[in-house]
Amino acid sequence: MGVITDNLDLWGEALLGTLVLFFGGGLIALVLGFVVGAMRVSPVPIARSVGAVYVNWIRNTPLTLVMFFFAFCLPIMLQQRVSAIALATVALGIYTATYVAETIRSGVNTVPVGQAEAARALGLTFGQVMSLVVLPQATRSVIPPMMSVFIALLKNTTVAAGFSVVNLGSVRSNLSEVGENQLVVLLWVMVIFVVLVLLLAWLQRVLERKWRIAR
Amino acid sequence: MSGSVLYDVPGPRAVARNRIIGAVTILVVLIFIGWVVWRFYETGQFSPEKWELFTYSSIWMLFLEATLNTLAAFAVAAVGAIILGFVLALGRMSDHAWLRVPVGWIVEVLRAIPVLIFMMLLYYGLPVIGIKMSPYWAVVIALIAYNGSVLAEVIRAGVESLPRGQSEAGYAIGLRKSGVMRLILLPQAVRAMLPVIISQLVVTLKDTALGFIITFHELLYLVKLLGSQALYNSPLIPSAIIGGSIYVALCLVLSYVAYLVEKRTRRSPKVQGVAAPGAPVGTDTELIVAQRGIADESDYRTGGGA
Repeated sequence: MGVITDNLDLWGEALLGTLVLFFGGGLIALVLGFVVGAMRVSPVPIARSVGAVYVNWIRNTPLTLVMFFFAFCLPIMLQQRVSAIALATVALGIYTATYVAETIRSGVNTVPVGQAEAARALGLTFGQVMSLVVLPQATRSVIPPMMSVFIALLKNTTVAAGFSVVNLGSVRSNLSEVGENQLVVLLWVMVIFVVLVLLLAWLQRVLERKWRIAR
Repeated sequence: MSGSVLYDVPGPRAVARNRIIGAVTILVVLIFIGWVVWRFYETGQFSPEKWELFTYSSIWMLFLEATLNTLAAFAVAAVGAIILGFVLALGRMSDHAWLRVPVGWIVEVLRAIPVLIFMMLLYYGLPVIGIKMSPYWAVVIALIAYNGSVLAEVIRAGVESLPRGQSEAGYAIGLRKSGVMRLILLPQAVRAMLPVIISQLVVTLKDTALGFIITFHELLYLVKLLGSQALYNSPLIPSAIIGGSIYVALCLVLSYVAYLVEKRTRRSPKVQGVAAPGAPVGTDTELIVAQRGIADESDYRTGGGA
């Protein structure tokens, strides 16, 4: 316990960094992922293929490489210094957005076409079909996998440690300078992550149970 | 796309509107590409001096060596992860609680730990208690542990999605537990889950890039090294373009294999037992994910690692 209580400010800073990366990256991922997901299910062929290229390419790029581009190449291109945490957050957002987009796409695709056809046969307008029939079903099947995406995002925030962003992944190098036992530090980081991930998994299970679809 | 719930076959007005949206999309993409090219040009990335380094064949040998290092880590990690995946899956499906419960916990915990932290623990943490290992083994062992636990869940999901009649029929003809598992359940589960298993191998390949952070000499490490050669005008962006292309190409090839296998699996009559007929979902995998509460299994679709 001494490792934590002796360096409380550093752990606080690290946890804050991780949370900023998580929530910042998550927000970017949600917004961008929603747009790309909408493109992928849109009736416009060009928008669909642009979305597909974005998703397939970024998903087949290691996050480390995405962050490498943002952390090292983008400042060269812009010819100015950008804060490391901002770059890492954007990189996480752009990477995670592909998973959000795929989740939304497969969520929409789980709604059978007959549902919308039946709704239209009843005389509902497009807005009603969407808000009363399609989206409620799609949302329910999207929420649990979306939580998995966010669990992965939380774990991925550690990658930013390789690009001079203070977070839970970089605590080790900071504390080893102070002369703390690295093994103990890393075990504590593991414990924190296991707790955070299990917390999110529990939330996922609760939401899932609440919104289970009876089909 | 008349098969979507979201819209009908477009009429003349919708077609015109879709064309406009299409044109706007192209414009946005062109502006983005143009901006990148313009910034590359402005910062002199196209100048011959920046690319001079890459005219030497020894540099390309370094790239080859780094790629081979990446592939060597991937190959061992992939084989190890598959073996570990089977072992953990069998443990988790065991009839004995003393085996099933601890293995379940191990799987849960291994999946919850970020791969990078695990690598750091092996590379920086273990020397404290006198166990030293090279970055290569730290990368490989961490990848085996993480991906093995994810694959265990994939295999378990595949087995549990099979109809009960399969194992019951196996017992009825006098097979033992091991026979039912080995001859009946696993072959079907592996066949149905093969696309997911290969997708998880893509994640493994991608995660080898994390080795860069613990100084494993793979592609990104080489990119950074070449990019800092001030004598050759620090060609960071050119080398990142080359190294990045190699990485993305490797992953795209493996993903394409997964796609082909998935297409084949979907056509094959032998896996029909897994998918309910007339299901609205595209693939067996998506179907299984959709059916089996995603709480446990869906992690494999999102990867988790980097």
